[in-house]
Amino acid sequence: MAQGHAGEMEAERNDVRDDGGRPPRAVVGSHRIEEEMFGKAFDSNIVKRIWAFVKPYRAKVIVSVAAVLVFTGTQLVIPLIIRYAIDHGMTPGMVDRTALLLAAGAFLLAILINYAASYTQEIVVGKMAENVLFDIRRAMFGHLQKVSLSFMDKTEVGRLMSRLQGDVNSMQEFLETSVLSVGDIALLFGIVFVMLWLDFRLGLLTLAVLPILFIVRLFWLPRARDAFMAAHETNSVANGALAEAIHGVRAVQSMDRQQVNFVLYDDKAHANLKTHLTAAKYAQVMVPIVDTLTGIAMAVVIVVGGSMVMNGGLDIGVMVAFLFYIQRFFDPIRSLTLQYSVMQRAMASGKRLTDVLDVRIDVEDKPDAKVLSPDMDGSVEFKNVTFGYSPKHPVLKDVSFKVNPGETVALVGPTGSGKSSAMALVHRFYDVQQGQVLVGGYDVRDLTQESLGRQVAMVLQEPFLFTGTVFENIHYHKTEATREQVIEAAKAVGAHDFIMSLAGGYDADLGERGGNLSLGQRQLISFARALVADAKILVLDEATANIDSYTEMLIQRALVKLLEGRTGLVIAHRLATIRGADRIIVLQNGRIIETGNHAQLMAKGGLYSKLYNLNYASFDDIPEEVLEASVQNGSRT
Amino acid sequence: MTSEAIGSATKPRNSLAHVKAAGWGKGLNTLARITRMNLRHPWQVAFAIGSTIIAATLQLLIPQLLGRAVDQTQAAFAGGEAGAIAEQALWISALLLLLVSTLRGLFTMSQNYFAEAVGHHIGYELRLACYEKIQRLSFSFHDQVHSGDLITIGMLDLEGVRMFFSTGVVRMVLLTMLIGIGAYLLISTDLVLGLLALSFVPFVAWRSSVTQLKLRATWLDLQERLSVLSRVMEENLGGIRVVRAFASQAYEMLKFDRASKNALGLAHERVDIRVRNTSAMTFSFFFAMGLVLLFGGNKVIAGEISVGRLTTFLTFMTILQMPVRQIGLMVNSFARASTCGSRLFGLLDMDIEIKDAPDAKPLEISEGTLRFENVSFAYPGAEGRPILRNVSFEARRGETVGIVGPPGSGKSTIAHLIPRFYDVAGGAITLDGQDIRKATLASLRREVAVVQQDAFLFTTTIENNIAYGDPWAKESRIERASESAQLHNYVLGLPTGYQTVVGERGVSLSGGQRQRLTIARTMMLKPSVIVFDDSTAAIDAATEQRIRVAMRRFAKDRVTIVIAHRLSSLMHADQILFLENGEIVERGRHEELLAKGGRYKALYELQVRPGDQIPSDEDGSAG
Ligand SMILES: Nc1ncnc2c1ncn2[C@@H]1O[C@H](COP(=O)(O)OP(=O)(O)OP(=O)(O)O)[C@@H](O)[C@H]1O
Ligand SMILES: Nc1ncnc2c1ncn2[C@@H]1O[C@H](COP(=O)(O)OP(=O)(O)OP(=O)(O)O)[C@@H](O)[C@H]1O
Ligand SMILES: [Mg+2]
Ligand SMILES: [Mg+2]
Repeated sequence: MAQGHAGEMEAERNDVRDDGGRPPRAVVGSHRIEEEMFGKAFDSNIVKRIWAFVKPYRAKVIVSVAAVLVFTGTQLVIPLIIRYAIDHGMTPGMVDRTALLLAAGAFLLAILINYAASYTQEIVVGKMAENVLFDIRRAMFGHLQKVSLSFMDKTEVGRLMSRLQGDVNSMQEFLETSVLSVGDIALLFGIVFVMLWLDFRLGLLTLAVLPILFIVRLFWLPRARDAFMAAHETNSVANGALAEAIHGVRAVQSMDRQQVNFVLYDDKAHANLKTHLTAAKYAQVMVPIVDTLTGIAMAVVIVVGGSMVMNGGLDIGVMVAFLFYIQRFFDPIRSLTLQYSVMQRAMASGKRLTDVLDVRIDVEDKPDAKVLSPDMDGSVEFKNVTFGYSPKHPVLKDVSFKVNPGETVALVGPTGSGKSSAMALVHRFYDVQQGQVLVGGYDVRDLTQESLGRQVAMVLQEPFLFTGTVFENIHYHKTEATREQVIEAAKAVGAHDFIMSLAGGYDADLGERGGNLSLGQRQLISFARALVADAKILVLDEATANIDSYTEMLIQRALVKLLEGRTGLVIAHRLATIRGADRIIVLQNGRIIETGNHAQLMAKGGLYSKLYNLNYASFDDIPEEVLEASVQNGSRT
Repeated sequence: MTSEAIGSATKPRNSLAHVKAAGWGKGLNTLARITRMNLRHPWQVAFAIGSTIIAATLQLLIPQLLGRAVDQTQAAFAGGEAGAIAEQALWISALLLLLVSTLRGLFTMSQNYFAEAVGHHIGYELRLACYEKIQRLSFSFHDQVHSGDLITIGMLDLEGVRMFFSTGVVRMVLLTMLIGIGAYLLISTDLVLGLLALSFVPFVAWRSSVTQLKLRATWLDLQERLSVLSRVMEENLGGIRVVRAFASQAYEMLKFDRASKNALGLAHERVDIRVRNTSAMTFSFFFAMGLVLLFGGNKVIAGEISVGRLTTFLTFMTILQMPVRQIGLMVNSFARASTCGSRLFGLLDMDIEIKDAPDAKPLEISEGTLRFENVSFAYPGAEGRPILRNVSFEARRGETVGIVGPPGSGKSTIAHLIPRFYDVAGGAITLDGQDIRKATLASLRREVAVVQQDAFLFTTTIENNIAYGDPWAKESRIERASESAQLHNYVLGLPTGYQTVVGERGVSLSGGQRQRLTIARTMMLKPSVIVFDDSTAAIDAATEQRIRVAMRRFAKDRVTIVIAHRLSSLMHADQILFLENGEIVERGRHEELLAKGGRYKALYELQVRPGDQIPSDEDGSAG
């Protein structure tokens, strides 16, 4: 019904959209619906998976469950002691002071045990839940370090973050409450037992209200669950839209989309308001029902119990105890109801967590994977490589080439022709569909990824910098690199001067993603980072695209010494960059169409020479047919 | 205003520290402000508080009725002849009890519902305000505040403020009623026993408040540590290619573990604080109950009070137990609302640096002439580092200005100044003679479009991305823009065409495709000034040429500024500026600059000299 409600609301809002207020082609936030929101409350598979994380702490679990049971026991005993005191200590006519003192002593003992038990249980459970939470998060994070990039490409960081944070937190909540639930269930059974024991008939009568409660809940539960889930979902949708606004604020402002986005966001925030109000209604409607049932139970005890007392069939203390128990009786039911929704949320979260943990690791080290030693020759070879991000659409088709040790080879080609993809394969970001990629003579699939990564340093097309200082960024994980090496690398790429001009020099803090640097500067730093990595093979994917040719030339000069004996793979659209390469490979639509050095390719008069000419020649000088040809060549990228 | 701002090394101003610093000190003001927001829903507030008062009163009646019933029973049991009357009285008590319970339930429901409703309504208002503010705050703010911190404010802090009414105010009313009246009733029925019954109240109230404040303080600390942790995770996932490229997973795990341990330690400490407190509170409650039982029992024995009265006392105590423990939660809610509130309001009250002047007018474009007049600039927060110095140039409609220069020379900065992403520190930028600072921001941004160097793509379809600036656009226009940017053919080749969702920030596109998408979305706008900031660096020359052809039509009606490193991209410009260290060091047409034989010429030489002329020492090191 909550669903229906949300549906109505959507329709109502859609009407508004029609009168021109909302543009047809605009959304804020990701419009993928969070999968699997409506899970079961109990899924043994998920519980098993989560249990694996709890298992290391099983001694603690046992201690805390024991403590909960003891705690519940004392809760049950206390009204009995009161009853004893009333019936034996202060019944008019048969006053017994020792009984009263005895009762007081027993009471003191009971509350001491109660104290110790509750302390133990809460400390143990609290800490254990925190530990498990951090363990799960670590396992997920660790797993994400290994899953294939094709998974990461498809998955938004925000979504993963919400799993690493929100979902992990609701697991923690779940662990804490499930121990409490054990106590609640024990308490419930205990109360039922004690009531029946104290007086079977009165007990039965009192418990007669229970079936009513269960029937009401039977109707209430599915609707309430839908309402809660809808509230949860609209909340994450609204939060997602907010996160997008924060990350994309520069694009939003530069295209003046604030107004439109605000209206769209208003829809989401409003839906969030509506669903929360509905959920609040469902949550609260149980309150008067439970209270009425409590009232009925108490009335029964007073009327029936009262007349039993008058007939001498019941001690008055028992009646008082009953009244106490009834008031306590509904507490566990109420909290079990709450815990049920926690449980349900936890199952949904658990599902999402296990989903992450279950992402197949496509690119994995073989059990007998070899370590690529730094002394390998540094050759790279593609043997009939076919590769695509989705198997049906190959991006590289039957590509073969070899880069000899110490050689520099350039990859050239129209945009989208597969150059970056080919470089990703050298690093085994993805596995090929056919053929082989060999580094140092070994198939990359036979090497450990770790050792491969250490021998192949990359400057990626998109420079990515971490929050932290300039030094930390260049140094990165190369713990053995000294400050001198870092500075040397920075000097080689011509970044030293501007770094020194920053307040703090190498210790200057960079903004988020290096936002307080120009793009070219970011590129230089990521270039320096690759140099510090000191690898045998250096892959430069448009490493100087955002850098002027003069600076580039200085870098090339400086690199001559640094790169002696290393293998270079270079991608560039500015052909001047790669003119000096030993060999140039021209890719088009994922196929190699030409290879040779600059002079050979120019002489050949193919795509390369056309691109090269276009690169510097005045546009007007280009004959139409050349342009036509390049249109045909290039447009199917 | 300007020349001082440049040379003098002003202290870097960190807006985030600003936001955080506001967290202390003016807590009361913040709470008053939240309350004023709540009062904008007067009926719901009134219903919530009214229901609370009634519900509390009814709740206090229950022990009385129970006590009465027990007394009646006992009386009936003792004096046999009044049995019939007593039985009737019992029935009345029972029915009263039922009625009171039901009513209490109903009013509790209404109390909770309306309290939540008030919270959700102001939550809604605050969400909108927050979103709007974040959208409008200028670039310099976003440069200095980490996005994660804004997300924390917009999600966590907002919750703290939203919950204030239900967990703070309403609870305060409830607790005052229950504890106040309860205490009065207890003491007035029997002073000694009443005092005994209440003996746990001050202790528990004090303990739980102190604890909650301690938890609050450590909460902020924990939040800080968790945000370090989430930054580690977020950057790792966002930069996963770098992580993989450097095989630095082990190092990243180390970073993670360090941040994680740091947070876990504090989390454990907090568990200790919390548990020590709750257990002690429960104990003190039961201890007081034991005292009441002992002394009350003695009094019953001495005939001073009835068993029923003792029952009343004990029941009262169970009723009081919850509210007294909740004092701590209430204190927590107040503390939370005041810290969260001051951060949230700190954001909402943040001055938007770039906004319409009071007398701002919409831009009126006739000639369409853009002029830079002695513009100087430094980024806010780094005023000691001048980025542009005395930059002047002029461009008329239909003209193209090319800008070249080494990295960090200030080219993108020029692009950022025209749409007023930042304000110039000295000099002025004018469009048709109108200072852009005197024009309305909306009209300016409509007239100026920038293809940004590292553009942000939205996680939505290609179509929506292209139409981002003009979501009403017809499909045909979207396709035309896409054709001009040489994207159309690629898109047609995709299985789902324009409906393909591009991955986060466009990861599933090649570098050049990303740039073409950015160009296409800018072509949807109809600006008077368009800036291409290095937006063809990842596009091959042939494709770029085709884009330029398409652009020629487009460029006729506007000023085009092209920032590029590949000289073929801008050699046809009517004017080329060579920027170095924020100053224009050379300017003129391509031929003029070549003739001059300066830096531009050197650059040109480097790009066009055939390979065989490259000095041999540069060979073999194409890195
Ligand atoms: N948001 C910012 N905050 C502080 N300083 C900045 C910011 N953005 C850029 N800078 C600094 O301003 C200077 C000029 O940067 P700008 O982005 O204009 O360079 P650019 O000429 O576009 O360089 P590139 O060719 O690398 O894109 C650089 O030194 C850079 O470090
Ligand atoms: N992560 C990815 N997931 C799916 N498809 C991808 C992904 N990365 C690239 N592609 C697609 O694969 C093709 C080749 O892309 P690639 O990045 O290798 O091109 P490129 O030659 O480097 O182009 P550019 O010069 O523009 O950078 C493109 O059509 C692109 O859309
Ligand atoms: Mg690429
Ligand atoms: Mg720039």
